Amino acid sequence: MTDHLILGAKILGETTADLVLRDGKIATLGADTAAPREGVPLETIDATGLIALPGMVDLHTHLREPGREDAETVETGSRAAALGGFTAVHAMANSSPVADTAGVVEQVHRLGLESGWTEVHPVGAVTVGLAGENLAELGAMAESSAQVRMFSDDGICVHNPVLMRRALEYVKSFDGFVAQHAQEPLLTEGAQMNEGCVSSVLGLPGWPAVAEEAIISRDVLLAQHVESRLHVCHVSTKGSVEIIRWAKERGIDVTAEVTPHHLILTEEMVRSFNPVYKVNPPLRTAEDVQALREALADGTIDVVGTDHAPHPTQLKECEWHQAAMGMTGLETALSVVQHTMVETGMMDWRRFAEVTSVRPAEIARHGHQGRPLAVGEPANLILVDPQARRTVRPEEHATKGRNSPFSGMELPGRVHSTFLAGHRVVADGALQTSLTGREAD
Amino acid sequence: MRHLLSTADLSHSDALSILDTAEEMSAVATREVKKLPTLRGRTVVNLFFEDSTRTRISFEAAAKRLSADVMNFSAKGSSVSKGESLKDTVQTLEAIGADAIVMRHWASGAAAQLAASGWTDCAVVNAGDGTHEHPTQALLDALTLRRGWAAGRGHGPRGTDLTGMRVLIVGDILHSRVARSGVWLLNTLGAEVGLVAPPTLLPVGVEQWPVSVHYSFDEALASGPHAVMMLRVQAERMGGAFFPTPAEYTRRWGLTDERLARVERLNGPGGDGAMILHPGPMNRGVEISAAAADSPLNRVLDQVSHGVSVRMAVLHLLLSQSHDDGSSA
Ligand SMILES: [Zn+2]
Repeated sequence: MTDHLILGAKILGETTADLVLRDGKIATLGADTAAPREGVPLETIDATGLIALPGMVDLHTHLREPGREDAETVETGSRAAALGGFTAVHAMANSSPVADTAGVVEQVHRLGLESGWTEVHPVGAVTVGLAGENLAELGAMAESSAQVRMFSDDGICVHNPVLMRRALEYVKSFDGFVAQHAQEPLLTEGAQMNEGCVSSVLGLPGWPAVAEEAIISRDVLLAQHVESRLHVCHVSTKGSVEIIRWAKERGIDVTAEVTPHHLILTEEMVRSFNPVYKVNPPLRTAEDVQALREALADGTIDVVGTDHAPHPTQLKECEWHQAAMGMTGLETALSVVQHTMVETGMMDWRRFAEVTSVRPAEIARHGHQGRPLAVGEPANLILVDPQARRTVRPEEHATKGRNSPFSGMELPGRVHSTFLAGHRVVADGALQTSLTGREAD
Repeated sequence: MRHLLSTADLSHSDALSILDTAEEMSAVATREVKKLPTLRGRTVVNLFFEDSTRTRISFEAAAKRLSADVMNFSAKGSSVSKGESLKDTVQTLEAIGADAIVMRHWASGAAAQLAASGWTDCAVVNAGDGTHEHPTQALLDALTLRRGWAAGRGHGPRGTDLTGMRVLIVGDILHSRVARSGVWLLNTLGAEVGLVAPPTLLPVGVEQWPVSVHYSFDEALASGPHAVMMLRVQAERMGGAFFPTPAEYTRRWGLTDERLARVERLNGPGGDGAMILHPGPMNRGVEISAAAADSPLNRVLDQVSHGVSVRMAVLHLLLSQSHDDGSSA
C-alpha cells in the first residue's frame, strides 16, 4: 500500500497543514512530516489551495441493485460516490427484491465490499416488501454481516401509525433508527408537483405541504412517546422545518435531512414540463428553499442526503405524468451545497463537514467515518478545490443515470481527491483504483 | 407564432390576429365553395391520445377547408398504450411527412413537451392536454363573446377586444383545461372574469389568478355578468368526493330554470339577457337545465361553427407563415 504525503492542505478550510496517510490512518498532521518508509512508495500531493475535509457520508442513495441494473449498479453508483467525495453511502431498500431480509442486505453489502470505491451500507426495509403491512426481519438484518442500523421504506411512507410505532420501538433493541419518507398517501394520490400557484396554472395534481408535515408531526410525537430515534428523510417544506425545530426544543430524538436539489431548485422549474424536475418530495417554493437553507445552517436540519435516484432515459423521456420520480445527485452534491450554503455565507467548511460527514456518520453509528482530521484517525477524507468552476454534463458522470436537474448549470467546487481508508480512489478528479484493485474502464 | 400550446403565452396582438383571421374564415364558410387553397400539399395529423370526436372533427373540417391533407391517428388503444413512446409515435408521423401535429393528450404538458423536445419540426397545436389548457376552445369562446360584445356596441368585431365585458365561468375549475385557457385569454383581451365553483373544485393557488372568485352562483349573478359560461361536470367527479350529490350540485351551481330567469333579465351585451356558453356536450339536468340548454341566449351551436373558423385561422397562421420564411416568432 502506498503512503501519501499531502502538502499544504487547508484543514476544514482553516489552517494549512501537511498530512501523511499511512496504513489507513492519518499518521502525522502538521509540519513534522514523517520520513518515507523503507520499501513503501510515497506519493506526494501538492494540495496548495485545496481544502481537506472528512469523506462525505450519504444517508440516502438509491443504488438500484439488485433488480434495476439498467438504472445503476453497486459498482457504478460506488464510482459516482467516490467521484462525488463520499467515503460511505447508504443504499436504500427499494431494490427488487426489496432489501427486507438478511440475504438481500448481505448481498448488497458484499457487492459494495467487492467494488471498493466507497463503503456501501445497506438500509433495511421497515416492512416486508415495502408493503406497509408487516414488519420485516429487522433483527436479522441488524445481526447480519451488513450490520444494518438504518431502516426505511423510502419511496413509500410507513403511514400506518401502529406499524410506525412498533418499528420505532423494535429498533431500540439494537440502537437502530427509522428513516421516514413522510408522505401521507391519501393526500397525495396521483400527485405530480407541489400544490400551489404553479400547479394551479399547469393543471398538474398538487402535492400539498401538509401531506409531509402531517406525517412528521405524528412521527415526532410517536418517537417521543416510545423514546426512540426518528430520522426524517428529505425535508422539503418550511412547515416541516418548524415542526422539527419544535420537536428538537422538546428534546425529542429526531434528526432531519435535506437534499441538495431542495436547497436550490423551486417548483418554477416544472413550468417547462421537463420530467427531469419530477421528484419525490416535489420541488417546492422559494420560501421553502430559504427555510431549508436556514435550518441546515442552524442545525434544525442535521444532514445533507443526496436521494441520488438514477433512472434509465426512457423513464424520463416521456409525459410528465408517466415519468419516474427522482434525480441523480452523488456527483453534484458538494457543488450544490457549496453554492447554496458556503458561497452565500450561511456556513463555513467546518459546518459543511458536520452536515455532510460528521452528523450522518454519528446518526448511522459509523465510528470510523466523519471523524476529526487528527493523528490516529481513519484516513477517510477528501481534498476539495473550492475555486474550481464547472458546467454540469450528465453524460460525463459515472452514474448510469443521466437525469441530473443541474445539467448545463455552472457550479463551484470540485472533488480533487478521495481517500478511502488511506487508499486514493480518486485523484485529480478521476477514478484511480479501488480498494479491491478495480480500475475505472 | 411557431406553435399554439397555451393561451397564457398569447400576446394581445397574437390573440387579435387569430380572432380577426377567424372572422375571415367564417366568411368562407358562407360561400358556396367552402374551400381555400392555402394549405394545399401540407399535411395535418390529428394525434389523439384521448377520445374527442367533436374536437377531432372540428380540426379535420378546418384543415380540409384549407385544402390540407388530413391524417387521423387515434393513439388510444393502439400500440401507444402498449408502451410505444410519444417520441417514437411523433417521429413516425414526421417521417410520414406531417407539417403540423394537432395533439389531444390526457397528460398535462404533453403538447409543451412535444414542442420543446426536438423530436419533430412540425408545428404543434395543443388540442387539449390533461387539465392544463385547451387554447382553441378558449379562442372559439372568445370569438363568440366578441361577436356578441361588438354587436351590442353597434360595430363589427374585427380589431376589437373584450374590454369592459364581464364573464362568469361556472363549474369544475380545478379539472378544467377550458377554464384555464379561458381565464388567461379573456384576461388578455380585457374582460373581467369571475369564477363560480364549490371550493373543492377550485385549485389551491387560484387566489393568484386574475379573476374574482365566488362560491355562490346567485351572488355572482348579482354582479351583472354579460356572459355566463357553464362547464361540464364530469361523471367521475360525482362520486361524492368533491360535492355530496349531483342534485346538490345542480341546486347550488347549476343553471336552473330559476337562474335562467335571472340571466334573461340581466343586461347582456345588447341589453337583452346575458349570453350563455357551454363547451359541450351538455349534461342536461345537471349543470344546465333543458330550458337553459335550448334558450335563445345559448350560443352553443355558434360555438361549434366558430370552432372550425378558429382552427382554420390557427392552422393557416402556423403553416402558411412557417412555409413562407421558415422563421419562428
Ligand atoms: Zn424518499
